Amino acid sequence: MEMENIQQEIIEEFSVYEDWMDKYSYLIELGNSLQNLDPKDKNDQHLIKGCQSRVWLVPEFRDGKIYFQGESDAVIVKGLVALLLRVVSGRTPKELMNSDLHFIDAIGLKQHLSPTRSNGLLAMIKQIRLYAVAYNRISEKEA
Amino acid sequence: MNLDPIKIRQDFPILQQKIYNKPLIYFDSAASSQRPLQVQEKIRQIDQEYYGNIHRAVHYMADKATADYETTREKVRSLINAGTTAEIIFTKGTTESVNLVAWSFGEAFISAGDEIIVSEMEHHSNIVPWQLMAGRKGAKIVMLPFNNKGELELDKLPGLISEKTKLIAVAHVSNVLGTVNPVAEIAAIAHARGVKLFVDGAQAIQHLPVDVQALGADFYAFSAHKMYGPNGVGVLYGRKELLEQMPPYQGGGEMISEVRFSGTTFNELPYKFEAGTPNITGVIGLGAAIDYLLEAGIENISVHEQALLKYATEKLMQIPGMKIYGESKNKSGVISFNVEGIHSFDLGTMLDKMGIAVRTGHHCADPVMQHFGIPGTVRMSFGIYNTREEIDAFLPALKKVISLF
Repeated sequence: MEMENIQQEIIEEFSVYEDWMDKYSYLIELGNSLQNLDPKDKNDQHLIKGCQSRVWLVPEFRDGKIYFQGESDAVIVKGLVALLLRVVSGRTPKELMNSDLHFIDAIGLKQHLSPTRSNGLLAMIKQIRLYAVAYNRISEKEA
Repeated sequence: MNLDPIKIRQDFPILQQKIYNKPLIYFDSAASSQRPLQVQEKIRQIDQEYYGNIHRAVHYMADKATADYETTREKVRSLINAGTTAEIIFTKGTTESVNLVAWSFGEAFISAGDEIIVSEMEHHSNIVPWQLMAGRKGAKIVMLPFNNKGELELDKLPGLISEKTKLIAVAHVSNVLGTVNPVAEIAAIAHARGVKLFVDGAQAIQHLPVDVQALGADFYAFSAHKMYGPNGVGVLYGRKELLEQMPPYQGGGEMISEVRFSGTTFNELPYKFEAGTPNITGVIGLGAAIDYLLEAGIENISVHEQALLKYATEKLMQIPGMKIYGESKNKSGVISFNVEGIHSFDLGTMLDKMGIAVRTGHHCADPVMQHFGIPGTVRMSFGIYNTREEIDAFLPALKKVISLF
């Protein structure tokens, strides 16, 4: 499915929740069901520094696509990670470089993107784009 | 006379609102307190009636602003019982006050190999300026530890003081643990060995009576924005004898006596340390905040907040998995806690959605977090306007949040 379609799918999922509590309960549910990283992958190399919660992002470049795994020590952030991975994992570097991740705003979680010290989500998106640029260069060299 | 929080709350319209459709409960005064109408009115009055630059002009508005600015200096002197207004320096805030002392005291008194003792429970603002100074001067920082109850290990202090020790930096009240440190005792130990004492009073001045002479503080710093005053204003108290020996922190207007290209002579205290046009409105606003505190009575505030602290602590302790950090008998203002298995960020995020403002994270005190081996805590803090009813509303909200995880 196209990235845009997945974003629309997420927006629809969230549209049924009118209440903040329900929205966050769903995020918590997503966070709790996200598969944990292999403990050895939770290292400094994969750590994305947000101020309050720690986020790890592990990329794997396979057949021209980047597959991501991630985790956070805070469940709400883990829920956000789960949503983000649904959209960005398994995409080509070019797709990611040109992506517009508007769903976060659309589902009313934009506060998690503000450049405050509260979490590493913004830093994570930046890191995803950096990986995309780097893998793009690698694949162009190989070609 | 008891404090009447219902009456007090009428002075804080900001608290009478709904956040996400829930009545706001503001438990974050340790980060910044709200400002009463009296302070807002004073600031409006300056802005609309007599704003002008202080000290130099000859016109009516500047004279009036100058008078209020200097009256505030006297109010501060009286509030903390300093010997003279020459010992009261206005800064941007506690952080600038620490930096001022770290730089100027460092220039005057610190040489390579000297030592500064800093407590383990300090806010980063009372650690980093000393580290920067130590780096510049080739001095060394020595840590005074605290125990698991969150109390300084005072019996270790005499052993940490060497003939190289020049200064001890300690908080009057910890911003994370709430511990009220025995400043007078520390001062006695320090002074017996010829060591000076810097006290960070940012979390004390709004909660308890402060007498810098009785405490024996050589320096005492605090911020207006945590004592119901404006942000961007702070105070540094310093003993005159020491301030006189310290070089100016910054150069510019106001702090000079005469300027020649061959050399400049500096103004007398306290102006020597107030370069440039200060935060005139903010300082006068601080004066109004002090009036407000005195009107309510600091003893009354203290009794009121102690009752809230005790009540909230007892209730929190009944929640399964609750861990409170800071269990000293002498506590003030804040309760830091975690609930087993739930990240403080998650708790804080959900509480916010229920209209409750708490602080989460490391509270700019990484060493305290490292001491307990945790990434952060939830911190609730109390002020003059908080009520028992708010705690009663907070507890079921917290329980509901816990049930979601």
